[in-house]
Amino acid sequence: MKYAYYPGCSLQESAREFDVSVRAVMAALGVELVDIPDWTCCGASAAEPVSALMNYALPARNLALAEQELPGLDVLAPCSACYLNLLKVNREVVGNKDLHARVNEALGASGLNYRGTVGVRHILDVLVNDIGLDPIKERIVNDLGGMRVSAYYGCQILRPYEVFDDPRHPVSMDNVLSALGAKPLPWDMGNKCCGASLMVTHPEVAMHSVAAILGAADGSDAVATVCPLCQMNLEAYQHDSAAGGHHVPILYLTQLMGLAFGLEEPSVLLDKNMSMDGSMRAGIRSRAWRHEAPGEGDETLARET
Amino acid sequence: MNQTQAHAWSPDAVTREILEELRGEIGACMQCGTCTASCPNGFAMDITPRQMWRMVQFGMLDRILESKTFWMCSSCYMCTLRCPRGLKLTRAMGALKRLARQRGTWKIRKNSAFYDAFMENVEKYGRVQETSLMPGYFLKSRDPLLPLHYLPLGVRMMRAGKLHPPSSAQKGRLKELFAKVREMEEES
Repeated sequence: MKYAYYPGCSLQESAREFDVSVRAVMAALGVELVDIPDWTCCGASAAEPVSALMNYALPARNLALAEQELPGLDVLAPCSACYLNLLKVNREVVGNKDLHARVNEALGASGLNYRGTVGVRHILDVLVNDIGLDPIKERIVNDLGGMRVSAYYGCQILRPYEVFDDPRHPVSMDNVLSALGAKPLPWDMGNKCCGASLMVTHPEVAMHSVAAILGAADGSDAVATVCPLCQMNLEAYQHDSAAGGHHVPILYLTQLMGLAFGLEEPSVLLDKNMSMDGSMRAGIRSRAWRHEAPGEGDETLARET
Repeated sequence: MNQTQAHAWSPDAVTREILEELRGEIGACMQCGTCTASCPNGFAMDITPRQMWRMVQFGMLDRILESKTFWMCSSCYMCTLRCPRGLKLTRAMGALKRLARQRGTWKIRKNSAFYDAFMENVEKYGRVQETSLMPGYFLKSRDPLLPLHYLPLGVRMMRAGKLHPPSSAQKGRLKELFAKVREMEEES
């Protein structure tokens, strides 16, 4: 299996642990990732409020590069906003003759052209539908031992396009977590918005969402996410009283996969998670929840220990 | 154009064009209010999303531009997912932000400061460089206290090794694309 890899800007910056763990986990699963040469920013959610055309031209540039340099490969995007922006080009530009011509006229300025042949895939889609849960289970050397994890999907991988999971009741990440030996906790915050860039422009508003999500995650050993902005919003304000004083590690799904696959540093970069203090890090390394006293938590877990 | 005299202001061609496009997109809104009920940020809006679509249908430009409703949209697409008429409401919120930017008052510039700083960063570096994005945003927001708000987070990010000096690997890579799009959008 081989994909054209689009890391996106965040994964080269404050979310390097996501990039590093994606590459390590994919390599462990025998998946080859080839970076799209010369890729640039997709515009995130900042292009749309500034320029209608730029909103399509920025992601289209990257698809055009993939089409030209890595023909036949689907693009794999781990970041939610990157995934949606790239997918949006295929859904809204391709098939709209006028808009497609305008986007290609813009791309023509740098000698590029996008015909519309590149598939856009999210990492959860690839994990569940291309790789499958059985190969993931086979790769496990040290399962998560009943770690209680809340799966946080966020918004843009599920909406507005219903591609690989039900946006109302998503299950794909819960299934991967179960395959890793974790215990996904039921909650109704998995597809709630974390506030996204509202955390920068109007933090007092986004803080309500963050506080509600963190509050609902009480009792979890960790929250798993697949979006760099969700991860940042949920962990960066845990010290802020406005966020409700809830402390819980916010980990990328691929970091948890790396741990279950027996990959050690520097493949999972747990030190880069601001929500991890020394005891949480030790708990994750030693699988602390395996030794919890009977009566606390799940009965079946207590029997296993 | 005298910005202090709101009543003397008449919308320019680009503004009218965006408003017309919006009215086309929102025309089928039947005012059921599902969007308002779905919005996670509705509590912070001065006009509900449902009311906003009515104002778009009526072309109430001044009232629309006075509102902060669309600046509170975090692009979560819940309203778009649930709209029984299948209207692209999140996209319409984006168009409203562009509509307001055409007006260019101080209040609006402050609200769009982050998006503007973000796009300038993309234009300059090709890929967003977080450590230069935030100072760019502070400058545009013209709020001297804003950097202080981010100081504790900046320190924690630095400790976790999350801050990196700007990379110039893709610097200037998008110059031609930005210039071309600017030219095309000025023409239309």
